[in-house]
Amino acid sequence: MKRVYVNEDWCLGCHLCEYHCSFANSGKSDMVKAFNGNTKTTPRIVIEEGDDINFAVQCRHCDEPLCVKGCIAGALTVTDGVITIDDTRCVGCYTCVLSCPFGCIVTDNEKVIKKCDLCISRTGEPACVKGCPNAAIVFEERG
Amino acid sequence: MAINYFYPDYEVVRNEKKCIKCKVCVRQCANEVHTYDEEFDCMTADDASCVDCQRCVSLCPTRALKIVETDNIFKKNANWSQALITDAYRQAGTGGVLLSSMGNPQPYPVYWDKMLINASQVTNPSIDPLREPMETQTFLGKKPRTITFDKEGNITSPTYPNLKLNIPIMFSAMSYGSISKNAHESLARAAEQLGIYYNTGEGGLHQDFYKYGANTIVQVASGRFGVHKKYLEAGAAIEIKMGQGAKPGIGGHLPGTKVGEDVSRTRMIPRGTDAISPAPHHDIYSIEDLRQLIYSLKEATDYKKPVIVKIAAVHNVAAIASGIARSGADIIAIDGYRGGTGAAPTRIRDNVGIPIELALAAVDQRLRDEGIRNDVSVVIGGSVRSSADIVKAIALGADAVYIGSAALLALGCHLCRSCHGAKCNWGIATQRPDLVKRLNPEIGYKRLVNLVHAWDHEVKEMMGGMGINSIESLRGNRLMLRGIGLTEKELEILGISHAGE
Amino acid sequence: MLKKEGQIRIPSGCAISGFINRNGKRISGDQIVKSISYMHDRSNGLGGGFAGYGIYPEYKDLYAFHVFYEDSASREETERFLEEHFDIVNLSRIPTKKHKNITNEPLIWRYFLEPLPTKLAASQLEEKEFVAQSVININIKIDGAYVFSSGKNMGVFKAVGFPEDVGEFYRLDEYAGYAWTAHGRYPTNTPGWWGGAHPFALLDYTIVHNGEISSYDANRRFVEMYGYKCTLLTDTEVITYIIDFLNRKHNLSCEDIAKIIAAPFWSKIDTLPAKEKEKALLFRNMFSSLLITGPFSIILGFEGGIMALNDRLKLRSMVAAEKDDMVYIASEECAIRAICPEVDKIWSPKGGEPIIVTLNNGGDSYGN
Repeated sequence: MKRVYVNEDWCLGCHLCEYHCSFANSGKSDMVKAFNGNTKTTPRIVIEEGDDINFAVQCRHCDEPLCVKGCIAGALTVTDGVITIDDTRCVGCYTCVLSCPFGCIVTDNEKVIKKCDLCISRTGEPACVKGCPNAAIVFEERG
Repeated sequence: MAINYFYPDYEVVRNEKKCIKCKVCVRQCANEVHTYDEEFDCMTADDASCVDCQRCVSLCPTRALKIVETDNIFKKNANWSQALITDAYRQAGTGGVLLSSMGNPQPYPVYWDKMLINASQVTNPSIDPLREPMETQTFLGKKPRTITFDKEGNITSPTYPNLKLNIPIMFSAMSYGSISKNAHESLARAAEQLGIYYNTGEGGLHQDFYKYGANTIVQVASGRFGVHKKYLEAGAAIEIKMGQGAKPGIGGHLPGTKVGEDVSRTRMIPRGTDAISPAPHHDIYSIEDLRQLIYSLKEATDYKKPVIVKIAAVHNVAAIASGIARSGADIIAIDGYRGGTGAAPTRIRDNVGIPIELALAAVDQRLRDEGIRNDVSVVIGGSVRSSADIVKAIALGADAVYIGSAALLALGCHLCRSCHGAKCNWGIATQRPDLVKRLNPEIGYKRLVNLVHAWDHEVKEMMGGMGINSIESLRGNRLMLRGIGLTEKELEILGISHAGE
Repeated sequence: MLKKEGQIRIPSGCAISGFINRNGKRISGDQIVKSISYMHDRSNGLGGGFAGYGIYPEYKDLYAFHVFYEDSASREETERFLEEHFDIVNLSRIPTKKHKNITNEPLIWRYFLEPLPTKLAASQLEEKEFVAQSVININIKIDGAYVFSSGKNMGVFKAVGFPEDVGEFYRLDEYAGYAWTAHGRYPTNTPGWWGGAHPFALLDYTIVHNGEISSYDANRRFVEMYGYKCTLLTDTEVITYIIDFLNRKHNLSCEDIAKIIAAPFWSKIDTLPAKEKEKALLFRNMFSSLLITGPFSIILGFEGGIMALNDRLKLRSMVAAEKDDMVYIASEECAIRAICPEVDKIWSPKGGEPIIVTLNNGGDSYGN
């Protein structure tokens, strides 16, 4: 299946992916509204910065996901390879936050956890991929 | 001293309502124009450092930024422009030569814009390139004067090595050093895909790029940086650089700060040393010396590669070109006074040389008058800005064009003309690793391919309109051009009639 | 005042026709007049002309110059020049018949000439080059004189008017030749000048051409490097010079000339066998400026044969036919059927594919 991959050679650490992610998940029609309003949406992608190297990290959609294994409420499931959260089931225990080896499950202003769903329900192409100015984040099929 | 204060040329205008303080501008500006003030939770900008490269504007996700020209003005003076006044202040302060980059931006006439192209009506059908073959393939190099066959019909007369171009466009010489490795990789890969050539410039050939040799023109310039046998053998052709349109009569200077590990190895000079190309080749003080270098290079490469001689368009260009044609060069490249540069003294860039349109017309006619036009190909550059310029150049007599600035535009250049600052925010004219990585060759080469394809399409459309289906029938076909708003003398030099004639 | 050919470039559409007898049998000129008359509507009365081969058997080893003079002064000057350079074996006015549609005729003279051996030797030129340069000299340097035919055992007859009227004017029924070509002109803007009518000729090469080539200036500027001077600014003139250049100066055959002026497309060249490909590539590269683009159909006449050729896209009509030892070529089939109603074979040649017909037994019999 198609996944998001990051090439650290081209990641500039500009953080635009984070902003595009937040905006995509904010439900707002305008980016200005998404950030200058009262509530801000936490991005599901995070730039890890080093001296010479940067890269973006978001849910890897693992083949054997520890988050799904550990979820006490059965809120996290794998559907067609994409790990999704069912907001109605999440009890906010944050076991998944603790167990994700990549630190890719985040919390927001709400009780339920947030994570990358590859923007499948919204645009088809992940917002971080679309918004990357240097093609450092790509959405593609790899063997 | 207050006299050393210069009001910034540009002002950064930030729409506070739109700004979301994402700080992408802060992270992306190598000139450190933008800052975020934690104390006041606001964005600030130092206009004085802004070069108007448009990087922040292009990356701002909410279009909250724009750069405007300042309206702070000195008292108006038609003789002493504001630029001249501030230049005088600047030089009074430093005692130094002023530097600039990219092509001459002064408001001299652009002759491309004073020529119009013909089209067929009624008496001769136009040709639709979507329905009929339309050929833009061309060959560069010396053509045989005679052709003979043996009894079996085999060719017995000598032939000469030629460059085959799928499209009559090449990327002009830009050295590794003046531009980044990623820029070079983009040019090399695009040239390979397009079936054309890029040019190493005087910076040697990076070890990673020998694989693109079949689409590479290797340059030999006055500093001889990076020149060795393997280098000469790697390219499809060898270009001797005698001059550059942006700075005729002077050499080049790559500051030691740009000479890092890779550049040092490629140029074969110690790390951190200035790479200074002398004004003349010190083994060429006359035309007969040029002949010796041409034949040395041919000898070194077994007469298998065409030799290009590149000169700047100067007053006596026609006679010089004729001398070059008679010195064994296979191709003459002429660079007009609008040609780009990574760094040149401002006064030279803005005042030395002549327009490429006039130089081309004069050279082509001179070579024909002397009956030697078929002995050499003529390639021109500096500056070719669109497919229309290409059609006009070929109709005036060029075999192909070099594009430099236009290629850099495809890679993101916004012509801020600050290359000499070495902090190119687009990752082109810089060696700083964090900036170089901003130019992803995977994107870059595709954009170059797109640009050249688009221009090729447009050239074909214009050719079809004229009823011409092969580029060679356009070459030197000056009847296809008419001048507009030109004097008798200008028309005479261009060898064209005025519109309406 | 309207400018004439040589002062301005005038596009024109046209009709062409031609035929040849492979065995060198001489055919009366009234046949070609009849043929071209059937395409009356393809001309507009502003130019018509003919070329006949094998028409002067009694002078077959001499150069026949046909000359237009605007006045007797130009004639005297030209004759002085001719006397200096040639042995004038015969001179006379070309016989004509008054015709109501043919007016403003210049003085029309004919000379049979042999280059003076001393002058020829002094010039260090080959004989044909000497003659060609003499023609170019007269045409450029002597005001009011224009040599419009200069080959051996052949002649051009042309005027302002419809071609059938021109044929009658020149009394072509009194000539007989093994090959004839004809031209009816449809210029878009001209006052009509006799020298501007076609065929255009240099030495024994004549061209009748229908079309308007878009490569004109590229072709002109190239051939002018090699001593030619395009004074008329017409397509026909430049095509004639190209053929003279390739055939006489480069010794290339008609087949090869066709491969240069109507060169195969690169995509076609790529598919050729290695040896042919090498040659085609070299031709296109070496003579790239002699590629002719834009519409044309031409009939080239030369000593001992004719060649017909269309541009490589076939943007102009041209048909060919055979009957026994005759080969016919014309813009329209009617022009062939008019003089040969029952043909053995009739076809439309493909763009860029030449039809070359030469006399049997190497042309030795021509004119006999």
